[in-house]
Amino acid sequence: MKGKIKIIIDGKECWAKPGQNVIDAARDNGIYIPSLCHVEGVKPAGSCRVCNVRIEGRNMTACTTPVADGMEIENDIPELNELRKAIIEVLFVSGNHFCPSCEKSGNCELQALAYRFRMMVPRFPYEFPIKGVDASSKYIYHDRNRCVMCKRCIRTITKDGKNVFAYSSRGGKHLHVVMDKELAAQMTEKEAQKAMDICPVGAILKKERGFYSPIGQRKYDTEPIGSDVEKNIDHLKQKEQ
Amino acid sequence: MTKKITIEPVTRVEGHGKVTIHLDEENNVKQTRLHIVEFRGFERFVQGRPYWEAPVLVQRLCGICPVSHHLAAAKALDMIVGAGTGDGLTPTGEKMRRLMHYGQIFQSHALHFFHLVSPDLLFGIDADPAIRNIIGVAMEHKELAVQGVMMRKFGQEIIRATAGKKIHGTGAIPGGINKFLSPKDKEYLLNGSEDFNIEKMIEWSQGIVSFFKDYYKKNKKFIDDFSWFPSNNMSLVRKDGAMDLYHGVLRVVDHDGKKILNDVDYQNYTDYVEEEVKNWTYMKFPYLKQLGPEKGWYRVGPLARLNTCDFIPTPLAQKEFEEFRSLTGGKPNGHCLHYHYARLIEILHAAEVMRDLLNDPDLMKGELTVKGEKSFEGIGLLEAPRGTLFHHYKINEDDQITMANLIVSTTNNNIPMNRSVNIVAKNWMNGQAEITEPMMNAVEVAIRAYDPCLSCATHALGSMPLEVSLYDAGDNLIDRKRT
Repeated sequence: MKGKIKIIIDGKECWAKPGQNVIDAARDNGIYIPSLCHVEGVKPAGSCRVCNVRIEGRNMTACTTPVADGMEIENDIPELNELRKAIIEVLFVSGNHFCPSCEKSGNCELQALAYRFRMMVPRFPYEFPIKGVDASSKYIYHDRNRCVMCKRCIRTITKDGKNVFAYSSRGGKHLHVVMDKELAAQMTEKEAQKAMDICPVGAILKKERGFYSPIGQRKYDTEPIGSDVEKNIDHLKQKEQ
Repeated sequence: MTKKITIEPVTRVEGHGKVTIHLDEENNVKQTRLHIVEFRGFERFVQGRPYWEAPVLVQRLCGICPVSHHLAAAKALDMIVGAGTGDGLTPTGEKMRRLMHYGQIFQSHALHFFHLVSPDLLFGIDADPAIRNIIGVAMEHKELAVQGVMMRKFGQEIIRATAGKKIHGTGAIPGGINKFLSPKDKEYLLNGSEDFNIEKMIEWSQGIVSFFKDYYKKNKKFIDDFSWFPSNNMSLVRKDGAMDLYHGVLRVVDHDGKKILNDVDYQNYTDYVEEEVKNWTYMKFPYLKQLGPEKGWYRVGPLARLNTCDFIPTPLAQKEFEEFRSLTGGKPNGHCLHYHYARLIEILHAAEVMRDLLNDPDLMKGELTVKGEKSFEGIGLLEAPRGTLFHHYKINEDDQITMANLIVSTTNNNIPMNRSVNIVAKNWMNGQAEITEPMMNAVEVAIRAYDPCLSCATHALGSMPLEVSLYDAGDNLIDRKRT
C-alpha cells in the first residue's frame, strides 16, 4: 500500500491516504460511518455529530478528524450506535418532520438513518418549531421547519460565487437557515434541483416535482442507507488480492 | 316528562359519533340527532403547504378510502397545472388512476359489506354481539368470510400496483400518474393463483349479489321497511348517462326520477351546492341552492348512484342494475337497506372495469403526465365508495395552498343519515323506557347502511364506537349505554 497509512477500524486493518478524514477513509475501505452533514469533497462542518466515532477513548467526529498512522477507531459498537440514535431523535423532535406527507420520504437521509438505527418513537418531547416557510423563489420551496442545520446548502449552493443560503439569528434563540431571495430568484431549475438533492431532509424542495419517484424506486426503498458503502467490501477485497 | 337517549360511541363504524334521542312523557321519540363530535381540520392545516403535496397529505383523512381523497385532490390539481379535468390526461395517466379508483371501490365495498355489515344480516340485528361480528362470520360462514378477506385483498393489491402502497400511496401527481403498471403486477392480478385472480373476483362478486338477492327474497319486509323515505339523489355520471365513478358531470334526480340538476360541469359546483352549519355538530349540511336547506338535501353513495345513472357500462352489472331498477318500477329507490344491494352491484361493476383495465396496453406505456397553462384554482370531484366527494383548492403566486374546501361523502349524506336514524329510533324505541342492545344496534345498522366511516367527515382519529344516553324531560341523564 504505497503512500498509504494504516489505521484500524473496529479491529479491521484499513489503509488511508495521509490527510484524509476518518469518514472518507472508512468509506474507501467499505466501512460505513453514518453522517448527515458530510459531503465528499466539501470542507467538513462537524455540525450534525452523527458520525461520532471513538478514537483512543475519546468521542470525535469522523468527518473533521484526519487519519494518523496506526490510529485505532471504534465505529460500529452498541454505545456509539445508541448515541447516534439519540442524536437522530433529537433532530426529529427539533423540526417538523412529518414523513407521511413529505415528498422527500424514501429519499430522506434523516428518515433512512432513523430506519437504520431502528428508531420507533423519539424519547424527547417534540419542539414543533415555527421557523417559517419561504416559497417566494420560482423554483425552490424552503421549509425552514424541517431544517437540521447541517450547513450542506450553505457550503455548496452558490450563485455567481455568492452563497445562496446562510445562517440567520446566530447567537439568538432561533438560529435558522435563510435563503437569499435575490440570488434564489436567479437560480435555474437545474441549480434548484441540485439544492434539493444536497439537502439531507425535505427543507429544500424543487417546486412542482414532488412525488415523481414512485414508491419502490426511491433511494432508500429497498436497501438501508450505507448499503452502497458496505457492498463495496467484496469489491475492495478482490482489488486487494 | 321527556327523555333524551344518547348512543355513543357508534360501533363497527370508523370515527366517532353519538346519537341522542329525546323522548316525551309517553316515551315516544320526539327528536333524534346524529352528532359527529370530532374535529380534524385538514382544510386549515393544508394551508401554506405546496399544492403538489395535497394529494398525499389529505388522503390521511382516512385509512379505508384514502385513494378517493388522493385522486380527488389530484383531479383538482390537474386544473391548477393546466392538465384540464378528468379527460385531459394522457390515456396512461387517466387509466392508471381509474384502475386505482376501481380497486379502491372494490376493496372498500368488500370491507363495508363483509366485515362491517354481514354480521347484522347473517345473525340478525338482535343477535348476541359476541357472535354478531366478523369473527362470528368467520366461524359460522367460513367461505363467505374468506371471500370477503380475499376480495378486499385483491382491491388492496390493485392499489399497491398503481399507487405503490396499499394504504396512503403516492401514485397520482398533478397532471397524471408517477408509474406504469408493471408486467409482474399485471400477471399477478390477472392470473395470480386459482383463488386470486380477476375472473375469480368477478365470480365471487356475482356470488355475493346472488347471496343478497336470496336474503332479500326471504327478508323482503325487513329490508324494505327498515327505513324508507323519498329523497333527491346526487352523483357524477358519464356524459352519456352511464355510471362513472371516476369522472363525469354532476346530476341530481328527485324522488320521482326528475332531473333537477341536469348534468352540469362540477367546476361550477358553488353555483349549485351550499353548506349549512349547525351548532350541535361539526359536520356541515350541504344542500342544493335552488331548493334551499329544507328541501335541497340529497343522498349520495351506491343507492343514489343507481338512482341517477341511466345504465351501467359493463354487462354483468347492467343486468343486475335492470333487475334492481325494476323493483321500484324504474323510479328512484328510497329504501335505506337497499344501499347494500346497490353496493354489491357496484362491486361487480368494479370487478368488470378492473378486468378491462388490466388488459389495456395503455397502462404499460405512453406519457405519464401532461402539463398546460397554470391556474390558481382547482376543483376535483369523484364518486368515492360512499358517495360524491368534493375537493376545492386555491393557491397563491408562490404555489402555496391558500384555501381548501372538502365536502366528503358522509357530509353529503348527513341529513339522510339523520332521517334514517330518526325513523329507526321511532320504530324500535317508541314507548320504551329502557335502551336495549338491539335498539342501539338498529340505529347503528341504519348508519352503517350509508357509511361505516364517520371519521373523514370532520374528522376523528382512532376507533369509533357509539354511545346511547337517555335523558328525561329536564335533560337529566337517566341511562347511558356503550356498545
